[in-house]
Amino acid sequence: MHTITARRAILAISSAALVAACSGGSASPSGAPSAAPSAPASTSPSTAPASQGPVTLTYLVDDSQNTKDTAQALADAYTALHPNVTITIETRPGGTDGDNIVKTRLATGDMDDIFWYNSGSLLQALKPADTIVDISGEPFIPNIDPTFITTVSQGNQVFGVPSGTALGGGVLYNKKVFAKVGISVPKTWAEFEANNDKLKAAGIPPVGATFGDTWTSQLFVLADFYNVAQADPNFAADYTANKAKYASTPAAAAGFGYLQEAHDKGWYQKGYQTLKFEQGLQQLADGKFAQYPQLSFVLSTIATNNPDKIADIGFFGMPGTDAAKNGATIWMPAATYIAKTSKNLDAAKQFLAFIASTAGVDAINAKVPPAGPYVIKGAKLPDNTMGAVKDIAAYIDAGKAGPALEFLSPVKGPSLEQICVAVGSGQEDASKAAADYDKDVEKEAKQLGLPGW
Amino acid sequence: MTAPSYASGVDTAQGQLSPAAGPRGFAARSRGEARAARDSRARSVLATYPHWFYLPAAVVFGLFFIVPTLLSFYFSLTRWTLFEAEFIGLANFVEFLGDERLMLGLRNTIIYAVMTSGLKVLIALPLAVLLTSRIRLKTLFRGIVFFPVLVSTVAVGITFAVLMQPTTGLIDTALGVVGLPQPEWLGNPDIALFSVGLVDVWKGIGIAMVIFIAGIMSIPEEYFDAARLEGGAWVRFRHVILPLSRNATFAVILLSFIGGLRTFDLIWTMTHGGPGFASDVLTSVIYKEYQAGFYGLSTAGNVVLFVLVTIIVYPLMRFFNRRELDL
Repeated sequence: MHTITARRAILAISSAALVAACSGGSASPSGAPSAAPSAPASTSPSTAPASQGPVTLTYLVDDSQNTKDTAQALADAYTALHPNVTITIETRPGGTDGDNIVKTRLATGDMDDIFWYNSGSLLQALKPADTIVDISGEPFIPNIDPTFITTVSQGNQVFGVPSGTALGGGVLYNKKVFAKVGISVPKTWAEFEANNDKLKAAGIPPVGATFGDTWTSQLFVLADFYNVAQADPNFAADYTANKAKYASTPAAAAGFGYLQEAHDKGWYQKGYQTLKFEQGLQQLADGKFAQYPQLSFVLSTIATNNPDKIADIGFFGMPGTDAAKNGATIWMPAATYIAKTSKNLDAAKQFLAFIASTAGVDAINAKVPPAGPYVIKGAKLPDNTMGAVKDIAAYIDAGKAGPALEFLSPVKGPSLEQICVAVGSGQEDASKAAADYDKDVEKEAKQLGLPGW
Repeated sequence: MTAPSYASGVDTAQGQLSPAAGPRGFAARSRGEARAARDSRARSVLATYPHWFYLPAAVVFGLFFIVPTLLSFYFSLTRWTLFEAEFIGLANFVEFLGDERLMLGLRNTIIYAVMTSGLKVLIALPLAVLLTSRIRLKTLFRGIVFFPVLVSTVAVGITFAVLMQPTTGLIDTALGVVGLPQPEWLGNPDIALFSVGLVDVWKGIGIAMVIFIAGIMSIPEEYFDAARLEGGAWVRFRHVILPLSRNATFAVILLSFIGGLRTFDLIWTMTHGGPGFASDVLTSVIYKEYQAGFYGLSTAGNVVLFVLVTIIVYPLMRFFNRRELDL
């Protein structure tokens, strides 16, 4: 934050100096047609059309490789078309540290012009109506898939445009390992267990975990939501209204049970309690373990670090109880928002229009391999799309995919990742974890001031 | 937290002024005389300087300490977002104190504070004795022991997290080479807190040693001469250094105990309170509440921490002050 203020101060000083220099330079040779000596200085910048004058947009994004590359690709393509615009990308940590930075900077009026942030439940905690510019009236809104719009809306207001792709949440697996052990993609939890027994017998850790980055622990619970919704279609609504609980809904509590089973049966690889997630990706690509419950955005990291091994990686939805109802849980893309404190509103809106267009999608595709389908109308996946992403798209095309809970309900307990680690490392059992998570959710709902809590 | 720093501020002022009031004699004085002298000195200081001399310090202290503290007492009674606050009485305290994670955090905090302050005394005192004796390269060794103090805690935390990594970290790789067991220093919930504590001791030992060295150096030579007549090194340690460096021992215990109660940076960079909640301490519980956006709850947590530190440290300080030695 200090760097920002410093940078702003420097900008302000240098632009003031520039204005002074211009007025000094132009006033003396042109003689005195203009009345006051101060007049040219103040009028000359404003006479030029707003779109032509030099504009600098600051853009705060999270520091994952995928986000940085996507934002850079969008910025480069846009500034090539609009040479008067400069887009300065600034990064912040992801996860709860990042949430904290975004909330604090919005509250103190110190936010960049535009910023990259989650859609869905996390957005609601930013009080978007007070802090983010409403773009519901903009002409580019109809380009966006309506299911996405609901995740960046509050009332009739719309706040962001989808940035990057939707993601699949489920299990990434190493096809070479599967072929070597002679197993196929499981559709039920029983098949998953049988596969893991064979993998263990073959000396390969069946499941990878990377609790050194705690957020990676949650997928067994969160990516299981498609199965929860199949078993109990009203769960999301009841849960938001304080009528359904994880602990008392067996389908919902199942995810915690999976974590416990993985620990109790020794499915995880050595050192999983402290490994970082990029190390886990490397191990998956190298076949050091077979399956990694993850979100598909990580695929582009594998593609970057191991281009020769990305073809070995496939995706399947979290196995459930019923093979006929098996499907994948989908994460909506993050969005780019305009802070209400931005002084470059027009330029920011034009950039958002570009992000929400097929030209923006093409710009991303040229630089970053897509990690899932786009939610912009008319956008297509390129032919060389990664196999795992095609697996996700197949679920969507077959109608066997649904959004994750955090896009259907504003409530998501902040301690889920620590609770999942506690279960996955054998410190807590699944039923206690489900009850603990319910308490965590209650705190969040009270903080948000939801009715019924 | 404030009480000690404030009090020590006053002490320093007296210390600086003491030459003007006459050099302290080495001859032993009765405790009562010493206190009377100190009190009268303090009174004469108060009388000598106009009260508005205190104003700059009072303004800074009031603006940056008293006002925020009072505000936080109020906000601990509300459920506030960054934009508005709703008064909810004591609900935050009920919630916070009813949280079983807090009890775990509290237990861990006490374990951590006792363990680190104890180890620092046990290791730093012998080191200080060694490094005040007549050995070669004394200054170099002092420098080496003191060096970790100069490194940023965050950098130390990140470095040790890498060193303690079970598959690629230097520590376990080295243990593996010589055939010793390779514990998961930070991954095993049973030992993660102690691993962090050991790093804290490594980092803090330098300060403790310097305080002990200062304590030992301030012991008048006469006592050592007497010890030499009475016997050897053991007498010197047991009957001169140990009792007469008591002020230094109290200072080390108090400082590192308070430091342990408030510890955050090392825990956060090394384990984030994990795995799960295994190495959570009070401050990391509070920080996570804040991170999650439960501002009222985390403010209440800070008030609890403030009260707790005061309750534990104030009697300790009173006890130590009463038994302070005048050399």
